[in-house]
Parts: sequence; structure tokens; C-alpha cells
Amino acid sequence: MQTSNDADFLASLYHTLYSIRRFEQTCISLYRLGHIRGYLHPYLGEEAIATGVCAALGEDDYIVSTHRGHGHCLARGAGFDRMLAEITGKATGYCGGLGGSMHIADPDTGNLGANGIVGAGIPIGVGAALGTTIRGEDRVCVVFSSDGAANHGTFGEALNLAAIWNLPLLLVVENNQFAVSTPVHKASRVVDLFHRGQGYGVESLTIDGNDVLEVYECAADARRRLLAGEGPILIEAKTYRQAGHHVNDPGAYMPQNQVEHYKARDPLTLCRQHLADDERADAIETEVDAEIEAAVDFAHGSPEPAVDEFLHEYEA
Amino acid sequence: MTNTAKPNSPSASRTLLLRDGLNEALHQEMARDERVFCIGVGIAERGGSYKVTDGLLAEFGPQRCIDTPIAEASIVGAAVGAAITGMRPVVEVLFVDFTLLTMDQVVNQAAKYRLMSGGARSVPMVLRTQGGVGDGVAAQHSQSLEGLFYHIPGLKLVMPSTPRDARGLLLSAIRDDDPVIFLEHKALYMTEGPVPVDEEVIPFGVADIKRSGRDCTLIAWSNMIPRSLTAAEELASAHGIDVEVIDPRTLVPLDRQTILESVCRTEHVVIVQEAVRRGGVAADIASIIQADAFDYLDAPVEIVAGRNIPIPYNRTLEQACIPQTADIVAAVRRAVYA
Repeated sequence: MQTSNDADFLASLYHTLYSIRRFEQTCISLYRLGHIRGYLHPYLGEEAIATGVCAALGEDDYIVSTHRGHGHCLARGAGFDRMLAEITGKATGYCGGLGGSMHIADPDTGNLGANGIVGAGIPIGVGAALGTTIRGEDRVCVVFSSDGAANHGTFGEALNLAAIWNLPLLLVVENNQFAVSTPVHKASRVVDLFHRGQGYGVESLTIDGNDVLEVYECAADARRRLLAGEGPILIEAKTYRQAGHHVNDPGAYMPQNQVEHYKARDPLTLCRQHLADDERADAIETEVDAEIEAAVDFAHGSPEPAVDEFLHEYEA
Repeated sequence: MTNTAKPNSPSASRTLLLRDGLNEALHQEMARDERVFCIGVGIAERGGSYKVTDGLLAEFGPQRCIDTPIAEASIVGAAVGAAITGMRPVVEVLFVDFTLLTMDQVVNQAAKYRLMSGGARSVPMVLRTQGGVGDGVAAQHSQSLEGLFYHIPGLKLVMPSTPRDARGLLLSAIRDDDPVIFLEHKALYMTEGPVPVDEEVIPFGVADIKRSGRDCTLIAWSNMIPRSLTAAEELASAHGIDVEVIDPRTLVPLDRQTILESVCRTEHVVIVQEAVRRGGVAADIASIIQADAFDYLDAPVEIVAGRNIPIPYNRTLEQACIPQTADIVAAVRRAVYA
């Protein structure tokens, strides 16, 4: 475990935070220009959760992502180039252009995949944790979920399975305050969602999901306990989705005072305060900007997948 | 085409119940491959409602024969997650009717994962379940839902009718790298048949001709096979009609070649399914035959299927909803005398 006052570690966290931020902004631009089709769910404002959690993981650990998953992929080590190639539907993408934004999987980094179905990844993560337990390995599985998923049947079912089988599962509930457009207080009588875990006998806590250090420290402690065989842990990370549900949703239903409140607590701003080295932060941004620019060129220059090959492989 | 399950195979056989054929396959695969594990409601301590998983707990322990709460969606989801991370789960859902609770995991996750991941990972999972009309178990425990799975690209679909096929196909299913829906029939578990002593892995996509005949091709699967064979004997003795009974055994992949070769010889076709007729597999097979063998057909393809009604409880009404031997006899006579 890193210590929070280690400047290099803080800089690496800022590097990931900014990478996600800049990547999402780039995707939005590419979407507006018509290079990205379908749905795009930006992770703007929630970057500290993926960054802090993934920084606490070991090389062999698994993650299960969501439809708002670019941040999880990048924090887990995915490259800008193959990410952008996937999101623009190119053969060089992580899934050969067959998955797109909502289905990026990268087994090489233990990323079992984003998912277009809210809540569906939780039992899948339980299965990954079950398999690793049967094989007797030292690895954990992190499932990223949300306040939206908390009202899904699989949330309770799967959490219960993880509890009775004492699995090394970390369920991260990204409480970004909205399920599509429904605010959490209209979707749940209990707005502090970590209480849901307690009912299943699962160690559950709630944290500031915008403070990357708090997320990291909490996740690192959770991982240690999972590896010690203490059973599943639920972390509710409170955050705020700094945009609409997807790129074409202006989010008019989001109260302006709430938006302003959370923008003042932007995860990048908070991390810069921890780092207290603007020059270094600026240098990181310049470096990331150039990498993403190169990745855009890579995606643009990449070939489309071939129709014949595709049909031959997948039609049955 | 090689058929590994010809009844006159040289290896020695013994008579087994269908459920014991399945049980033998599970024992064999779990011993052969430590990645294989079984998971489901009541499968370990109780050995399964039909004793298909009997003895697995004692032999392989609670980590590889796992009892679960009643939470079908997440049990199947857990099997998907285990499968994509290197295990080969065999998940049991008590009734095919309950698989409706698992459809997101089956249809949106398991069936699509290989494509969505660009071929990086597959889902080597077997979902075993049982369906069909039994002993008055009524509307929510009697359905034949193969048509739902047949419709979904990315799934393989197996419906065995004999103990030999059940064992050999389950071995193939567990070794397959893609998700396999293995649909057993509750009325067949206690039926007997010869099963070779030696290992016999029956490949997918190879139909079995259960009875050779010249006059009419009858295509059926699962519990409609014994019923069709009874009808065929009656047609031979009472009407002089020689029926060829083909069991595709796997509906996906479907052995079109064996079906079409037979149709070209007999020029008459009857397809029998227990499932309701509307939107069913029989209708799709009929469409394949009319597209690929139209010039050989001497009569319209006859379909004998379940009525488009939920299965009622009362015995007389229940039986009126699914094909009976007399219905099959009548359909063959219509086809041949048309």
C-alpha cells in the first residue's frame, strides 16, 4: 500500500484522473463529429472512484464494469489507442469494434467487461470470485455498480451469494445520485445505500467518492481484508454525475445548486490540492493531451472490421 | 456423415435410466477436468429433484457441487462469471419455466459475450434444466420453451431423448466452449435404454435416425421421440406406411443434411414438437425444408405441435394440449395420402 503523502503516488493518481477526464471529453467531441455511434455514457465527475479503487488492486485481480465504464477500463490499464479504436468501431479496438463503448472487455488486464444491462455485472463478479476461490488463488474481484443497480434484483441476490460463500468480492456502489434521470431519494427510501449491504451481513461503508485518496485507502484496506478471507465488502462511494445520463441528455432535471456544489468538489481539484504541485499537474496534463491526440489519430487510421470474416466467425 | 451413436456399435452396453446416464456424464467430466463444477438449487445434499447430481457432493466436495439459494438469475450469472474466468460450470435450473428469471444472463450476457469481447473470451457454461408435460404439474412447471433459446444467436441447444444420447451429448456440452442449453424432459428421466460402457462423446449437429423408413420423414425430439416411434409401429402394422424417425438431438446446431437427405428420399414430412406451435422450432425446420427441398416434396409439410394454450392442470385437458400418438398417426396419413 502506498502512503498518501508520497508525491509520486499522488502524481500517478492525478495522471489517471486526468486521463479519464480528458478521454471522456475527447469522446464527447468525437461523438459530436459523428465518429462515435450509439450511446456514450461519460464518467465525468466520478473519476476518483475508478482511479482510487484500481490503484489498490493487484495485477491478477478482476474488475467488472458498467455501461459508464471508460473510467474503469482506463484506471485498470487499458490504452487510449485501443479504447478509442473500439469506441469508433475499428478492427484494432479491444473487441475488434464488435463491442463498442458499452461492452469493452480486456481480459489481459482482468477487465471482464463493461455491461449494457444495469445490475447484470454483479452476479458475474460473484462467479469470478467463486471461481478464484474454488481454484484457491489469491485474487479479488471488484464489481462496479451504482445507485441504479442497487434497486435491481441481482443486487440483493448476488450480494447474498457473496455473503453466504464468503467470497473475495468488493462491491463498489457508485452513488452518482441519478438512475438515468431518477434521483436516488425518489428511487429508495434509504438514500445511504451502504445500509443495503448490512442487511445481508456484509461489511458495508460509505465514503466520499470524489476524494481519490479516501477511495484508495478504503479500497486498499478492503482488498487486504478480502485476501485475509474476511468475506465480501460493500463500499458506497458518493459522487455526482457531472453531466446527463448519456451524451445526448442535457440533464435538465439536475438541480443547478447541486451541480455547482459538486463541481466545487471536483475530484481533479481535490487531488491537485493533495498534490500541491501545480507545475507537476500541468506537466501531466500536457503529456496526457499528447497521448490522447495520438490515440485519436490511431483510431482514425485504423481499418474497419471485415464483413466476410465477421460473418464467418460468428454466424451459426 | 459419421454417426457415433449407431445402435449396433461394437462396444458393450448396459441398460441405464436416462437420469443415470446424465449422472455418469457429470461424474466422468468432474473427474476428468477439475474446472468443471455443478451449481444449483438442491443439487448437492439432495442430489437434485431427479437425482441427476446424486453422489457428486460425496465424491467432489462442497466446492465443486454447490447448493444455492433460490436466486436463479444470479446463480446463472455466477456461472457466466466463473465460465469467463476459466471454470466450466454446469448450472442446474429446476424447471425450464424458471429459466425465464435468468434470461438476462442467458440472452444478454452468456450468448453475447464471445462477440462483445471480440472473441477474446467465450462462456463454456452448460445450463441444465428440464421441461415438458409431466404428471399434472400445471401451467408454470410444464412448458416446452426450446423455441425461446433456439431464437437466440450464440446459444447451443440440446434435447436428448434416450439415455445414450443424454450421456454422450452432456459430455460434448461440458467440453464445448460456448454456452449450451441442455433441455431434459421430466417424463424421460426414468426411461431406460442401452448405454455403452465405454466413453462415447456424441458430437453436436449430428442427427440420429431412430427408425429407418421409406415413405415419410418424421422429425421429432425429446419426449416426442418415444411417442413418434410408437406411432411409426402402428403406421407400419395397421397402414403399411414405413416411417423414418429422425432425432436432431441438437436443435442448434441443426443437422440439416440428414434431414434433407431423408426428405429427398421419402418426399413426405411430418414434424412433431411438444411445444406450442406458434413461432416454434418445427415451423423453422419446415421453412428450411421448403426452401431447400421444395421440388422433392409430394405434400405440404405437416406439423404436429402443442396447442397455443398454457398447459392446464386437469389430465384430460393437459393431454389435449400436446401431441398424442393418434395425432401423429393421423398427420403421417394426411401427408402420405395427400
